[in-house]
Amino acid sequence: MLDGRTLVRRRAGLRLWLSAGWLTLLCLAALLAPWVAPKDPLAQDLFLGRMPPFWMTGAEPGYWLGTDSLGRDVLSRLIHGARVALTVALVAGTITCIVGATLGLLAGFLRGWVDMVISRLIDIWMAFPPVLFSILLIAVLGPGLMSIIIAIVVIDWTRFARVVRAEAMAQGAMDYVASARVAGRGRISTLIREILPNVLPTIVVLLTLEMGIAVIVEAILSFVNLSISTDDPTWGGMISEGRASIHQAWWVLVAPLVTLFLTVLSFSQLGEGLKDRFDPVLR
Amino acid sequence: MPILRILLLRLLTTVVTLAGVAVIVFFVIRVVPGNPIAMMLPPGATEADIARLSALYGLDKPLVTQFWIWVSGVLQGDFGTSISTRQPVLGLVLGRLPATLELSVMALVMAVVLGGAAALTGTRYRGGRTEGAIDVANGMALSVPDFLWGLILILLFGVLMPVFHISGRVTPSLDLPFSTNFYLFESLIRLRFDLWADIVAHMFMPALALAIPLAAIIGQLLKQSLKETMNLDYVTLARTKGYGETRVILREALRNAALPTLTLVGVQFTFLIGGTVIIERLFSYEGLGNMAIDAVINRDLPLIQGIVLLFAVIFTAVNLIVDLLYAVLNPRLRHA
Repeated sequence: MLDGRTLVRRRAGLRLWLSAGWLTLLCLAALLAPWVAPKDPLAQDLFLGRMPPFWMTGAEPGYWLGTDSLGRDVLSRLIHGARVALTVALVAGTITCIVGATLGLLAGFLRGWVDMVISRLIDIWMAFPPVLFSILLIAVLGPGLMSIIIAIVVIDWTRFARVVRAEAMAQGAMDYVASARVAGRGRISTLIREILPNVLPTIVVLLTLEMGIAVIVEAILSFVNLSISTDDPTWGGMISEGRASIHQAWWVLVAPLVTLFLTVLSFSQLGEGLKDRFDPVLR
Repeated sequence: MPILRILLLRLLTTVVTLAGVAVIVFFVIRVVPGNPIAMMLPPGATEADIARLSALYGLDKPLVTQFWIWVSGVLQGDFGTSISTRQPVLGLVLGRLPATLELSVMALVMAVVLGGAAALTGTRYRGGRTEGAIDVANGMALSVPDFLWGLILILLFGVLMPVFHISGRVTPSLDLPFSTNFYLFESLIRLRFDLWADIVAHMFMPALALAIPLAAIIGQLLKQSLKETMNLDYVTLARTKGYGETRVILREALRNAALPTLTLVGVQFTFLIGGTVIIERLFSYEGLGNMAIDAVINRDLPLIQGIVLLFAVIFTAVNLIVDLLYAVLNPRLRHA
């Protein structure tokens, strides 16, 4: 007999494995890009412009997902684009997590003026339209991978800070924290040794979600032509080109769109799956 | 009067927030490389020309003085002059605001309808396959952001099955008799249903792209609180009176379950409005967000400041309204 709980766990397990599988595939593609990509992602061939993918008539052998308007191989560009996407996801996600979670922990546990300052900052940040803010920051910092990472950290730290602050506050009110203090632990030591381990599951879930968001932010910035130099293949850049030639060659848009869709979905499903694992009620 | 005190405190924090936004946007965009004045002059312009025009826009003064001039202007309703169009910022921004407001409100309505329908259906057939399917759809809608939904919609209903328009706000060749920029609203008032249909065909996909993630949140929260409400005594009482399940959900449970959803929808609605920036770009919709991106590209500092400040005002206003609504609708707070 399957009761509801096992069913939930089994479905969550499947989701977790599928997402992890897709992300592993992406990591491999990114690491091995020069060896697995069938063509040079930058090589243009104007005689082979806008070739359809392999299942359509008129496809050019060797160009599995067709070519864009400059005759560049879509599959190879996707594989190389995974490098930028995953770098941004890992680096920007992790730094955002560290900055946001630290501020959230401090605000939630120390309270007082620290909390007041951080909470006001969060309020101010929440009053900015995030996409516009990121575009502004890229205009200030200049295009490039570094700028994108900085922009994501500057904008998204509030995602962590808000949630972690509330969690830390709730944990701080619990008896075990009071006992630790009575037992003679210092404030910072209590924060790191007692509160942090209990907030960690939430932080990990937020981190996986943030990685998905970081990939999207990079795509949005490439879309408005503010990401990395236009030569480097990025998924956002491919989407931008695909949008421009959508009436002549829709597959140029489909390939990066499906990849981005699966990637964002995988990151968030991974987060959801981990949340179920960590949730003591479901376990 | 505790409510009055809470209200005053809220207004005060709102002012602090807006002041913070003003300071940050003003100083951040002044670090932007690229001289906006040099960009607006033709290539042959001399140094003297640039200096003269910079003086005209006050860009030659020290930063703090510039900030002071801007803030005192804003407080008197003068947001400065746009560098790229040489028109007053306030007029430009208010001209575009209706387009963005109409888009956001249409998206909000769509999200409430879709999310509400999902929650009600899920509660009515809870525990079965229908609820499972709704949960899966909700999960997908929630994890994929509006930008990707917009692209997917463009591909499906703009290109492969062209039902809707993929760019602009209205077909340019149409003759518009409107006296305001609230096209959608005014076309209805003037009973010009032909124009209304054209505008809706333009707005449908961008609004839906914005609505999908919010619909998922509404669906999830509302379903959860509906299911909790369904176990309460008064609902059981209504059931024993012989009312059918659907009637119990709609007439008895919904009213109480909607309240917790409302507060969260407020914050989420501000996220939706923030999303209009990229969605308007994607659909070439002539709203505030599209103008903002152009302003950044043109280094039009006064215009960027004006737009960001307006967004901040809208966000804080939405949050304030939701708080007030919550206080009014929640009987426990009404007499506090």
